[in-house]
Amino acid sequence: MKFAFVPADWILLAPELFLTAAGLLLLGFAVAFGKKREEFLAFLAVLAIMVTAALLVFVAGQAGRKTSILGGTFVLDNFALFFKALILLSLALTVLASVRFVGAAPYPGGEYYALLLFSGVGMLFMVSGNNLISIYVALELMALSSYILAGYFKAEAKSTEAALKYFILGAFSSGVLLYGLSLVYGVAGIMGIPELAKLFASAERSNLLMLGILLVLAGLLFKIAAVPFHVWTPDVYEGSPTPVTAFFSVGPKVAAYAILARIFYVAFAKFHADWGLVVALVSAATMVLGNIAALLQTNVKRMFAYSSIANAGYALLGVLGFQTEWGLWGILVYLLAYTLMTFGAFTLVILLESKGYAGELVSDFNGLANRSMPAALVMLLFLLSLAGIPPTAGFIGKYYLFTAAMKAGYAWLAVLAVVMSAVSLFYYFRIVAAMFFTEGSAAKLKSSYALTAVLVICAAGTLLIGVLPQPFLSVLKSCVLSP
Amino acid sequence: MQLLNQIPILSLITYIPLLGALALIFLFPKEKTGPIKAFATLVAAVDLAVSLPLWWAFDRAKDGYQFVEKAPWIPSLGVNYHFGIDGITLLLILLTTIIGLIAVYCSYSAITERQKEYYVLLLLLQTFMIGTFCCLDLFLFYVFWEVMLVPMYFLIGVWGGARRLYAAIKFFLYTLAGSVLMLLGIIALYFYNTTGFLGYKGLGNAATFSIEKLTAVAAGMPAQLQIWLFFAFFFGFAIKVPMFPFHTWLPDAHTEAPTAGSVILAAVLLKMGTYGFVRFSLPMFPEAVRNHRVMGLMAALAIIGIVYGAMVTLVQKDMKKLIAYSSVSHLGFVMLGIFALNMAGIQGGVLQMINHGISTGGLFLLVGVVYERRHTRMIADYGGLAKQMPIYATYFLIMALSSMGLPLLNGFIGEFSILQGAFARNFWWAFFAATGIVLGAAYLLWLYQRIFFGEITNPANARLGDLTMREQLTLAPLVVLALWIGLYPKPIFDVLRRPSERIVQAVGGPIAEAPAMALKADAPATAGSEASRP
Repeated sequence: MKFAFVPADWILLAPELFLTAAGLLLLGFAVAFGKKREEFLAFLAVLAIMVTAALLVFVAGQAGRKTSILGGTFVLDNFALFFKALILLSLALTVLASVRFVGAAPYPGGEYYALLLFSGVGMLFMVSGNNLISIYVALELMALSSYILAGYFKAEAKSTEAALKYFILGAFSSGVLLYGLSLVYGVAGIMGIPELAKLFASAERSNLLMLGILLVLAGLLFKIAAVPFHVWTPDVYEGSPTPVTAFFSVGPKVAAYAILARIFYVAFAKFHADWGLVVALVSAATMVLGNIAALLQTNVKRMFAYSSIANAGYALLGVLGFQTEWGLWGILVYLLAYTLMTFGAFTLVILLESKGYAGELVSDFNGLANRSMPAALVMLLFLLSLAGIPPTAGFIGKYYLFTAAMKAGYAWLAVLAVVMSAVSLFYYFRIVAAMFFTEGSAAKLKSSYALTAVLVICAAGTLLIGVLPQPFLSVLKSCVLSP
Repeated sequence: MQLLNQIPILSLITYIPLLGALALIFLFPKEKTGPIKAFATLVAAVDLAVSLPLWWAFDRAKDGYQFVEKAPWIPSLGVNYHFGIDGITLLLILLTTIIGLIAVYCSYSAITERQKEYYVLLLLLQTFMIGTFCCLDLFLFYVFWEVMLVPMYFLIGVWGGARRLYAAIKFFLYTLAGSVLMLLGIIALYFYNTTGFLGYKGLGNAATFSIEKLTAVAAGMPAQLQIWLFFAFFFGFAIKVPMFPFHTWLPDAHTEAPTAGSVILAAVLLKMGTYGFVRFSLPMFPEAVRNHRVMGLMAALAIIGIVYGAMVTLVQKDMKKLIAYSSVSHLGFVMLGIFALNMAGIQGGVLQMINHGISTGGLFLLVGVVYERRHTRMIADYGGLAKQMPIYATYFLIMALSSMGLPLLNGFIGEFSILQGAFARNFWWAFFAATGIVLGAAYLLWLYQRIFFGEITNPANARLGDLTMREQLTLAPLVVLALWIGLYPKPIFDVLRRPSERIVQAVGGPIAEAPAMALKADAPATAGSEASRP
């Protein structure tokens, strides 16, 4: 591997560099402003994300640009661009959804937004990582910022508990991942993903390598909260401040899928027969346990935690079907749909959270249709989409994943997936029944511009992808990773 | 009538209620219940008016689908927006628009809460039901099929009876559980047609969900695969029909739903299941339905449904529940006719779908009438109503006789044709089915006796008013239809002949054998259909 400092290459890093600078700047402002001008800081954060997005468009549009820089550790293919766009979208939504929530809390907001941006930088690097080490370092940057965010309400016992659990288990899983990476390096002697693919193409399987691959898989499954590495999720989701929960359920998961796809689809493709069965079993267990456990929850945040576990199980179907044209395409479609509908649903929870931790029980949704019909209708849309009922984004996404599983020969898994998808309707519709069929408080629902904007974006996207999916599908098809 | 071929008439019929619903949402404040009712009725009436010309414009002699509309929807998947109808769907669409208007009109006094939402949901439901019947693209069909559940869920859940929450979610979960398996069947068909799956070599054709193309492709599949896919689709349809033993959601949903909900459920929604068998299961998987075990199983489930349904009906104390269980029995008849796999059986089965819509829809309307006055559905709370409400008693008698299959009324024609078909297939099928008719007469006549005859024992019934003009207007069209089909069913059989022939051909059944009785009367068949065309 030869490193050469080519200034022109660094232009391709402009979005990441800008976002880092913006985060540092926010941190400085936070010290200067204290608690007073938080809304302004949130505005700056959204502005920074938008500028980053603009830089991304500029960089992507450069004719004849390189796609791989810094000695092949950083790639900027369409696959990475899609994930960067999705990550910036979820960052912007998180900031917007946080304004009122963080403003009402007695903790300084500047650092909160700065940490979000740092976590975002980590994710942007993750999805571009094309080398085991650069992926790992980026992952840690994202994870460390996340641990602090989980414990941001430091006087709340639940929040501290969430941060501690997240940190300990997260650090453990990072250790597992790192150990796996070191074993792979020990066998191969190289770190670059394309180089590994080339090397393994002619290599025999060895037990040491299999162990390494399994440990890497375990580390990544922890990040996407698949069974049996899911145990941290409900507690962390319940304890974290709700906007952070919403962020956890989309941003870091989306980034983790990107590296899961890149590592297993490109580097370990040769050994898919070995890890395929493991992924199939994990997917089955994740769908079953996530959905069954969600049936029993009365706390909405815990319910959505289990629902996000179940969703990880569906998405793994796409990983299994990676050799078909549907697999990766399906993951991209599903992650886009998942981001919009999950974030939308969490935003409703935030909206109902008038004081502290209220608005977390299913019964807090009682009579929402009377308080605000539009709010109840968009929540209905998100829940229908989560349950995979057409014509919503969630249906299109699930359709792709089921198709991928069938095509890849996992018919039993597809049957399990559709049955579990029907089961999920039962708990999603407990919220619907609460909203429409039950009497509740008569207080008018107060929204803010920022929250309304988030809801409109998520609802429009969820419906549009469901009714007119073609433009989205065409674009996403061009973003599929080529081996 | 050329005009109808130049405008997207089917889309128009499908989306008029949707546009009406949107107009209701955005233009009418929810306190103005009078204008809301009037507008909803107007929309349903316009929809009916637009759909009626189809009856005359439809070419009975032509094979295949008519009034076809086609445009790409999701080219990446090979999905088209593809509408078109044949004789079977023509009848079902007309039934839907008629019942749609009646459902809106019969709700004026029954629904007093959240009226705006109620009429919006009724209109949405109508759009989704008509859309389901019009689809010629399997993917689009699935979309309509699923989304239809949502408005019905709310109709039961908001305006239903005491156990409405339980009934609503049970309805949704049962039908969803069946249809997701159908989705896998659709995906499997798709792959068989294109690149293959699970060791089956695909045909390598261009990706498509066209029902016509996939039907031809599916019929050529190996028998083993046909049986697998038959059962994948079977769960989707059988739960909807509902066939024994998947029927348990029906009494709950029917009993708890508001009157209009029960009427739509009985008249149209249940027909989705039997329609699915006729349109998909039979022509797509002929090897499977001809398979002795499969056919035997289907017939056994249908016969159990007929006899068991009728026996359970006998012991019901709740009028709505009684009629709900009688639906299980009647739909068993329809299934038996369909799986006789001959002209008489299939034509009779489809006709009986329409008949059941008319007579059971009518009976639910009639129960709704007294429920509105007395707020009880228990048979024991009534008695001697014939003296107090003579017009009501007359309507009830006609509908009950139509439901039990008395000659000169519609039910007779359908049941006779089904029995004819069943007899040609297997004597014992017809034998058991006939016992169902006897039991049917028993529960309906006994119900009638308990409600209408004798002295008025309950003083609350002594001052009941007879039918109002509005109530009569909702019932009269059904009586007219029942008499028309009973006295002169030939136009119906004319419409059904071509599509039924195609299905019988597809499953390799005998077309000449046991022609339906209406056809026997005026052979040659084609000449008859020529004459009846405008």
